[in-house]
Amino acid sequence: MKKIVLIIFLAVSTVLFDSCSKEVISVSDNQTGLDPSQTDTDAKNWKPVLLSAPNEFAIDAPSPVTSPDYVAELNEILGWQDNLTNEQIESIDYWKAGGVLRWNEILRELVAKYNLPPYQNADGNYPVPSAANPFSYPQFPFSNPPYAARAYAYVSAAQYDALIAASYYKSQYKRESPGKVNSNIKLLVPESQVKNYAYPSEEAVISGVTIEILKLLFPTEIAYIQQKGYEHNLSRLMAGASTRSDLAAGEKLGKLVASKFVVRARNDRAGQAGGNADLWSSLAQKAIAKGETPWISQESPLRPPMLPRFGVVKGFLMDSISVINGRPVAPPSTNSEEFKKDVEEVLWYSEHETKERYKLVDFWADGAGTYTPPGHWNAIACESFANQKFSEVRWARNLALLNMAMMDAAICCWDAKYTFFTPRPCQVNPKIKTTTGLPNFPSYTSGHSTFSGAAATVLSHIIPAKANDFNNFANEASLSRLYGAIHYKRDCDVGLKMGKAIGEKAVSRAMADGAE
Amino acid sequence: MKKLVFIFLFGAITMMLSAQTESDGIMMSKNNFCGGLAYTYSYWDHYWEGTFRRNNANIGTVRTSSITAMGAYGVNDRLNILFSLPYIKTSSTAGTLKGQKGIQDLNLYLKWLAFRKNVDPSGYSIFVVLGGSTRTSDYAADFLPMSIGLKSSTLSARLIGDYQIKDFFVTVSGSYIYRFNIKIDRPAYYTDKMIYSNEVFMPDVFSSKLGLGYRKGDLILEGVVDNMNTLDGFDIRKNDMPFPSNKMEMTRAGINLKVPVINGLSIIANSFYTIQGRNVGQSLSGSIGALYIFNLKKTNT
Repeated sequence: MKKIVLIIFLAVSTVLFDSCSKEVISVSDNQTGLDPSQTDTDAKNWKPVLLSAPNEFAIDAPSPVTSPDYVAELNEILGWQDNLTNEQIESIDYWKAGGVLRWNEILRELVAKYNLPPYQNADGNYPVPSAANPFSYPQFPFSNPPYAARAYAYVSAAQYDALIAASYYKSQYKRESPGKVNSNIKLLVPESQVKNYAYPSEEAVISGVTIEILKLLFPTEIAYIQQKGYEHNLSRLMAGASTRSDLAAGEKLGKLVASKFVVRARNDRAGQAGGNADLWSSLAQKAIAKGETPWISQESPLRPPMLPRFGVVKGFLMDSISVINGRPVAPPSTNSEEFKKDVEEVLWYSEHETKERYKLVDFWADGAGTYTPPGHWNAIACESFANQKFSEVRWARNLALLNMAMMDAAICCWDAKYTFFTPRPCQVNPKIKTTTGLPNFPSYTSGHSTFSGAAATVLSHIIPAKANDFNNFANEASLSRLYGAIHYKRDCDVGLKMGKAIGEKAVSRAMADGAE
Repeated sequence: MKKLVFIFLFGAITMMLSAQTESDGIMMSKNNFCGGLAYTYSYWDHYWEGTFRRNNANIGTVRTSSITAMGAYGVNDRLNILFSLPYIKTSSTAGTLKGQKGIQDLNLYLKWLAFRKNVDPSGYSIFVVLGGSTRTSDYAADFLPMSIGLKSSTLSARLIGDYQIKDFFVTVSGSYIYRFNIKIDRPAYYTDKMIYSNEVFMPDVFSSKLGLGYRKGDLILEGVVDNMNTLDGFDIRKNDMPFPSNKMEMTRAGINLKVPVINGLSIIANSFYTIQGRNVGQSLSGSIGALYIFNLKKTNT
């Protein structure tokens, strides 16, 4: 008997000390190097989002590759490569997956980090994050789904425009990559990444443009963002892909292009989307005047509704008139039999929880502390793009289409939410218990459904072979909100349909932007 | 024997306490089987978000009740096998989150009396306990505070020292609990960084216990202080939801009672209060149960 105990003890000890086996591998750790099948050298002719022309911002000609300055830059690369540490090689390998992908991941992380509703003051009021005073609690921003949708859209669209501009100067100045000038320089990223000309560096364009936008969107993270940008650029130098002047020109171009987007962002009305106490009570009064049951926050203390004026933010694909024209039909009156049936249906799902349905609820929860539904669709997009061998500019273009569609989806959905001000199912029937957090804004239409309809439509256009998968995902995302008992099925169905119509606008743009 | 299960934190790890459990200084005799049922109720309305103690009007009071089936069998006088299996139900008094219920984790232990020396009127014992647990149903771990458990399988090793002088005793023990990673239904989550995986790293746990009390025959009255600590993990951020791999700490104080009624039948009861914690609910719990000892050899022959 003692022997058995001893054997078991040894077996347990072996497991206990083998703690390395518990390390969790992120999908993003396993990304391989970006290896574009097409260089997309004609991207200078693609249709930008905001730039009036690819050469709207001027970049000086580089010094010739025979100049002493350039030779010194090559010597710097040789110096780095002479003695690369493991950490430096890891950095090269991390960033060679592509700046568009990596910065998208960083953005998703920032969104998750800041996606927390503020904690109440002692008096029961909620403090509001302030861009003017971003470090004091609650830190700015509260990156809830509309804020996140807008952030993803600005970053992706600005990257896209900046890479179009880079493409223009690459073919104008035709500077070769450092390895082609000096054969002693080793290339530590796939050859296909340097097929196009080197000046300005695409990767520095991406980090330059992204940093400027993120400074505005996540002001408390500037130090972190700058560090990432520094690592990104240095990785390209050490990898033998760019010289210091290639990077400097890229960074400069990126910043110039960003300035145009920053000006737009400051004036797109998102800053006023939170509304004020008068607006909040007028929304309820309006519903009551129509004889309807108004939405009431189910939080305690009562929390003001999330971004009631987000519906008037300036979208990228639709103007305010088309948002209003595209508004869905009104939901049935809260006094109607039809509405009662809708509530009954939610109650049924609340009382008949299954494991299969719960899995979908959790998979698509994307609530507080997560990268939000738009972030989830960015993750899906990036995983799908990973084996498509897209160039950086095509990655940026595809994500810009996706994210502009989702930002417009947020605008249209929030417009509907605050036009109809429909109460959540559990407000109407407190017997309804939810298996996911209840969002603090009106019910009709479902944000998840609207985002997902738009995203699946855009992604199906980009990778038609995966259209079924994307549409199944969208249907599941949509229904998960009914299963979690936080939405009527009508919210989901109408949201999905609305989202698809918004996605079609991005598809129309895609067919006319010169990239297909 | 008795084994009382309570849900610490927001649903979660089960712990057993009191006489003739994996953490006490008592053994079943050879061929004796002790089986029983216990009912436990615990609740909290304050919890620690990191180190910040708060309440939450969107949850109100979180209530957990459980019925645990448990047993201990004497393979011989120095080796016991113990098990427990709870059915757990959670609910909250405010907010919209739906309470959960289900059969939670099966716990199995081998308890070995490694050393015993009696020098009248004292007795010294050392026990080694090896254990493991695994979930018996597919409950959701990623729905704290309503989840009924954390879903993590465990292996554990406990060392117990027991000293008795006349009818008084002191028991100290320490346990290392290895926790296997779990999978949640989400493809990504944020801890103090973004992790793009559905797998969650579960930090191991160290727990310790000090018991002081009176023990005469089957009658036991014991005062207990115990502590558990996850050896890694992260704090709940301000106003965020709890997560299975949070850094959880708790220190509790309580009492255990075992009263023999008739011929092999005992009533057990206990109560515990969390006096300090981190990322856990400040629970008050109470249990009551009954145990019956059978001599299997006798009944078989």
